[in-house]
Amino acid sequence: MIAGLSTAIVVVLVVVLVPLAPGWDAVKRSFFDAETFVNTFPTLLRAFLLDVAIFAWSVPMIFALGLAIALARGAQSAALFPLRIFGAVYVDLFRGIPVVLLVYLVGFGVPGLGLPRPWNSPYIWGTVALVLTYSAYVAEVLRSGIESIHASQRNAAICLGLSSRDTMRYVILPQAIRRVVPANMNMLVALQKDVALLSFIGPVEILRQAGIFKSLLANFTPYVVAAVIFLCVTVPATRYADYLLNKDRNARS
Amino acid sequence: MPDPKLSLRGVEKSFGEAHVLRGIDLNIGAGELVCLIGASGSGKSTLLRCMNGLEPVDDGAVLLDGVDIAEPGFDLGPIRQRIGIVFQSFNLFPHMSAYENVALAPRRVLQETDTARPRIEALFQRFGLADHINKYPDQLSGGQQQRVAVIRALAMRPETLLLDEITSALDPELVGEVLDVLRQLRNDGMTMVLATHEMSFARDVADRVVFMDQGVIAEEGAPEDIFSNPKRDRTRRFLASVLR
Repeated sequence: MIAGLSTAIVVVLVVVLVPLAPGWDAVKRSFFDAETFVNTFPTLLRAFLLDVAIFAWSVPMIFALGLAIALARGAQSAALFPLRIFGAVYVDLFRGIPVVLLVYLVGFGVPGLGLPRPWNSPYIWGTVALVLTYSAYVAEVLRSGIESIHASQRNAAICLGLSSRDTMRYVILPQAIRRVVPANMNMLVALQKDVALLSFIGPVEILRQAGIFKSLLANFTPYVVAAVIFLCVTVPATRYADYLLNKDRNARS
Repeated sequence: MPDPKLSLRGVEKSFGEAHVLRGIDLNIGAGELVCLIGASGSGKSTLLRCMNGLEPVDDGAVLLDGVDIAEPGFDLGPIRQRIGIVFQSFNLFPHMSAYENVALAPRRVLQETDTARPRIEALFQRFGLADHINKYPDQLSGGQQQRVAVIRALAMRPETLLLDEITSALDPELVGEVLDVLRQLRNDGMTMVLATHEMSFARDVADRVVFMDQGVIAEEGAPEDIFSNPKRDRTRRFLASVLR
């Protein structure tokens, strides 16, 4: 009741006050032009499919590499110590560099080596940049999941004579992966948005297409259209991640 | 006694400052049921964990059929399938059904694929769990979970079974069904070492009772001697405190 009332007050204030700002008419024309919205929407939606495609082929690579790094970081035996170091350096490096910077470095740098087609494609190297960054994050999430499985589970498996490899594969990992599904869902939402960063190195995906329209029409509305399209995907996905997180929390308490 | 199945010689174990086992000598004969009794923290669990190499010993020897399995670098994999262990907290794998819990190790370690199923079903049948074979651990009572854990250990055909306070986490009315399983195993001639607080069970079925106190074996002997006529003061004090 109180929540509803205060929300209503805020909404009214925004609706009444914002148009009173001196630049409102100009902003309205250049950002919220209905005709431009309708005209650019279909093309932008088609461009968004490219974002979805890049997202779709990045995800399996991110999880495969993330899992490999997580396992490398958890390697127990002394002989595998270099692997642990490598995993730690990898995670520090690629979590420490802003995604956009890595997209620039890899996306412009590697094709600059003069590789023949198709190996100079910005799709490939843009994807590589995303995979490098996100696999580092996913590796950390998976590692936290692996470490959250109680030592008694490992002991029980070892005492049955299972090898440490089988223990990881059949006992630890299935439980760990289930436990970090919500965290990984959040990761996927962030990835879906970061795909737009590839616009800086060439692919005509939604952000790039919106930029083209902006220049053509001298109007910023296409950016608003792009934002709305993103929200249509990311809001349900975020809500679903929260739902999974709550369900998991309730199940464990 | 003929050559013991399992023999501990001067076993020492510390965790940091805590000196948990202070020179344990113990022989366990084939087919014997030995009960370890003693207060919490007296070293019973640690002793069991040293017997199958789950905890490396600091000093001393653990001989299985005369072979020292406590040597550093000894391959414990094959040993662990000869010595099964069941824990107080069951430690079933929560993402697997009861059947899958039991079948995992025979499939991966013994390379049994088709032969395991009837054998495992017979074990569930025998211990009264045939109706629960496809349930998940969270659908089973504590007593049922613990019986599945025993079946899981038995499915590896161990020669010796170590049982670490396996009834301590159970509601009192569920203890009986688990102890019945142990009675059946004893009739089969399974070699068993049982850390327990169930004094009446120890008195009824143990071949030998070992009383541990502060990391040493304070007294051992036949159950009637330990329970009716303890020789040491601290045994008497312990029994008085638990048998009230």
